[in-house]
Amino acid sequence: MVPTGSSDNVFAYAPAPESRAIVDLQPSYGLFIDGAFVDGNGTPFKSINPATEETLAEVAEADERDVETAVKAARRAHTRVWSRMPGSERAKYLYRIARIIQERARELAVLESLDNGKPFRETRDIDVPVVAAHFFYYAGWADKLHYAGLGTSPRPLGVAAQVIPWNFPLLMLAWKVAPALAAGNTVVLKPAETTPLTALLFAEICQQADLPAGVVNIITGAGATGEALVGHPGVDKVAFTGSTAVGKAIARTVAGTDKRVTLELGGKAANIVFDDAPVDQAVEGIVDGIFFNQGHVCCAGSRLLVQESVADEVLAKLKRRVETLRVGDPLDKNTDVGAINSAEQLARIHELSASGEAEGAERWSPACDLPSTGFWFAPTIFTNVSLAHRIAREEIFGPVLSVLTFRTPSEAVEKANNTPYGLSAGVWTDKGSRILSMANQLKAGVVWANTFNKFDPTSPFGGFKESGYGREGGRHGLAAYLAADEQDGER
Amino acid sequence: MTATVNSRLPGELADATSSDASLRRFLHGLPGVDQVGAEARAARLGTRSIKTTAKAYAIDLAIRMVDLTTLEGQDTPGKVRSLASKAMRPDPTDPDCPATAAVCVYPDLVGVAKETLGDSGVQIAAVATAFPSGRAARDIKLADTADAVEAGADEIDMVIDRGAFLTGRYLQVFEEIVAVKEACARPDGTSAHLKVIFETGELQTYDNVRRASWLAMLAGADFIKTSTGKVQPAATLPVTLVMLEAVRDWREATGQMVGVKPAGGIRTTKDAIKYLVMVNEIAGPDWLDPTWFRFGASSLLNDLLLQRTKMLTGRYSGPDYVTVD
Amino acid sequence: MARIDVRKTYKLYIGGAFPRSESGHSYEVTDAGGKFVANASLASRKDARDAVVAARKAFGGWSGRTAYNRAQIVYRIAEVMEDRRPQFVTAVRQAEGLTAARAERVVDAAIDRLVWYAGWADKLTQVVGNANPVAGPYFNLSTPEPTGVVAVLAPQESSLLGLVSVVAPVIVTGNTAVVVSSYERPLPAVNFAEVLATSDVPGGVVNILTGAAPTIGPWLASHMDVNAIDLAGVAGDAALATDLEVAAADNLKRVRRAPAAEPDWNAEPPLTAMTDFVEIKTVWHPIGV
Repeated sequence: MVPTGSSDNVFAYAPAPESRAIVDLQPSYGLFIDGAFVDGNGTPFKSINPATEETLAEVAEADERDVETAVKAARRAHTRVWSRMPGSERAKYLYRIARIIQERARELAVLESLDNGKPFRETRDIDVPVVAAHFFYYAGWADKLHYAGLGTSPRPLGVAAQVIPWNFPLLMLAWKVAPALAAGNTVVLKPAETTPLTALLFAEICQQADLPAGVVNIITGAGATGEALVGHPGVDKVAFTGSTAVGKAIARTVAGTDKRVTLELGGKAANIVFDDAPVDQAVEGIVDGIFFNQGHVCCAGSRLLVQESVADEVLAKLKRRVETLRVGDPLDKNTDVGAINSAEQLARIHELSASGEAEGAERWSPACDLPSTGFWFAPTIFTNVSLAHRIAREEIFGPVLSVLTFRTPSEAVEKANNTPYGLSAGVWTDKGSRILSMANQLKAGVVWANTFNKFDPTSPFGGFKESGYGREGGRHGLAAYLAADEQDGER
Repeated sequence: MTATVNSRLPGELADATSSDASLRRFLHGLPGVDQVGAEARAARLGTRSIKTTAKAYAIDLAIRMVDLTTLEGQDTPGKVRSLASKAMRPDPTDPDCPATAAVCVYPDLVGVAKETLGDSGVQIAAVATAFPSGRAARDIKLADTADAVEAGADEIDMVIDRGAFLTGRYLQVFEEIVAVKEACARPDGTSAHLKVIFETGELQTYDNVRRASWLAMLAGADFIKTSTGKVQPAATLPVTLVMLEAVRDWREATGQMVGVKPAGGIRTTKDAIKYLVMVNEIAGPDWLDPTWFRFGASSLLNDLLLQRTKMLTGRYSGPDYVTVD
Repeated sequence: MARIDVRKTYKLYIGGAFPRSESGHSYEVTDAGGKFVANASLASRKDARDAVVAARKAFGGWSGRTAYNRAQIVYRIAEVMEDRRPQFVTAVRQAEGLTAARAERVVDAAIDRLVWYAGWADKLTQVVGNANPVAGPYFNLSTPEPTGVVAVLAPQESSLLGLVSVVAPVIVTGNTAVVVSSYERPLPAVNFAEVLATSDVPGGVVNILTGAAPTIGPWLASHMDVNAIDLAGVAGDAALATDLEVAAADNLKRVRRAPAAEPDWNAEPPLTAMTDFVEIKTVWHPIGV
């Protein structure tokens, strides 16, 4: 017996594609408003598979009239049904949804991988299980809101407008919808225009759970739809995850209103490796930090700060490790790095990478055969990067790592904090007191010490500075959808 | 004694063993191992999906890597003879089925194994040095080793003095490995291959496993081996991961390759393939060869044979179709 | 013959010092009846800029102090105010046109508010922090941290109690503050600055500018090195409040919005008075041997 695809006796993994037969895609999808799928008034658009560029489905576009209908439906459901329902009953709906997500996990994972381009291994092992976990976690809060730290009878805010990005379509939906519903709000959610399909499948799950009409409304569209939704006067709460530029625009839109806002925006996280780090796990953490989800991660560890005394060793180990990453078909169970989500994003990654070279950084990628159709970018490492380079300052949102060095802990802190962002940071060292000191000094909402890119429904997530405000996850994420017993906005 | 061993090492590594203090400094200067990270890495590698041709290749490779083992008080010449026969021809119905790498027995049964195996190419490994506890005087351990080599053992599986290791007497452990290595020498100038068993279940931490790996390699080990099979836990994926990282880094530092042998607790084809994936991705494909990677196992072979038959025939086999030895 | 008063021209409080406005401008402050009381410095945008620099410089040290120490210092402010109670009563009477009895109640409330907040310094972390039971072998802890430099537009009407009520929550949580006092009633703020200068509060932790929120506010709202802004001082001016909130979006400042009208500062403050100016930081670490 000899392996295929190789003349000499090497252990080449045969293709192990996950079947997509489990996904029953319809040719076109409407908007999910007031419990039913309806036609949109805008111009329908296509959602494609970024790994192959094939069209997966046509999706309706919501215009201002559709936004109006959806917000009204959400308001009606809030006033008449959802805010009046005992928390213990709301909880049961959320538990139902969590269970259905588990039951349909494979289907959701395949569809997410198809629509987004991310590896099935990640959707199967991370995205979808964490989505279910979020619904389970917040379900249990629904009848315990008086323990949330907002007084004895905190109340929901009303209608939440939620706009989510394409990098973790279903996970971001869960981060938004689960706490909102648990707290007694109703929602109008707009998924990203390149990844609407799992949200629409989630709409079916709401139907399957017999969730009352109007509690969850899902409207598809691009920036204009989101703008109309966020600006709608009938909205009490805005939750947005996406770019800092759009986050600022939203902050301006809601200025002078009573709308409560949470923003999860960009990042340029430093992943700091000291000379006494557990080096093999640090290398793994660096890889997870920047190549997880093709680097389409707001909290990605996109700036490696490595202590000069171990820089060569760490880089050698890192490159050897990156050479073992398997880039390709997202549905292959052995794929580590999938497709870039869109042509537009690919162009941005190319542009910033070119600027890195032009500014004098040294570019390296492992040898890897990229598919000829679809959007692909090889894992890339830039060395000799200085803080003045664009690739050290701007969020690339792709599988591109910028490597900088430092000599002392204070220099590491200074460089790590030298950014308008402040979402996350990593620290690798075996010295406990140093970990705590670094964690104290880093201006970041999440600090991963000797680990990276870990997420959990109980753990608050969100940024300092221009990475946004408010937290999602945990008790703090719940509080973002509640007002204290007195009037909201009290001083 | 140490001088001869160290002559093959780059200066800084040779210096590491010049005194107890320097050896301690060196071993404690190795990067730490984060338990959670190492276990997560091992678990993720375990999710690799090995199908069709790759699986068929992996099964045959795994068979060729088995040190078919019997290490019981009740072992007899008859038991060893039938084991040796099975090692040479694991599947009597299929002449294409490869032989295992070796049989692994106690020293007093080496002669019996040699009679059966002849020049089949299947190696004879003997556990020596007061296996499995290693609690005996050094001259007894050396005599045990020499006896096994003289009886015809191709490979010696020694145990380290865990008591000495855990109290920090690293140089003592080092010197004992060097001494056993010398006892592996044959009159003709060749030498039995030395596998050094750490009993990782007693060392407990991955930091200790990493230190023991470097200690053994500094002392001239040809192989580093997880366990005797007599202590739980025996081989695990993360322990083997740490050892594979050590041999990979050793090669980087010295240019020399050292083999790795997880032993004990590996019973299924699925497990074996997980180990091979780990070898492939951590140490690299150069280690995917019986010269550099072995499984210390007994029941694993039958599961490999069942799966091999399934791959060939397309139907599930059953225990009645493989031999019980 | 009656003695001629020494007329006072008060200065700003920046970085622990009392400079004049770099513009050289000052303005007449009158009592509630319109009678001249003193001159106050009219802070300019450049004074605001200097105050932000001073606040940023003080932030590292102040935020790095133990919560216990911050509590001690805020309590010390209350002690020194208590000592100078008659002076504050006079200032509040003049500024707000209150009877002596009412002015005393206001001063007492302001001192008590400081004592109340002093006690929060080492409790807020326990009340809003969390140990999070993540589904894996990780230690996971969320704690509040100060957001940084906070611009505070102090209330226009409640010149002392309102001022203390917006400054104390900012500093007790470890932030540093650039405060714009009430325009027409700045003198209690000036007295407060003098208290700060003599009560162990490191220079730069609180900087007090006397002047007009509509002119200084926009510079603070758009300042890229200011992390948050409290709009209390523009309560009732919805258009200005909106403009400031829009400007604050330039670097995504945390904004504590202006209420429609100045609230009753006697009520116990909500937790949000502090939590609006803290960041929740969550630290993960594996648990292993």
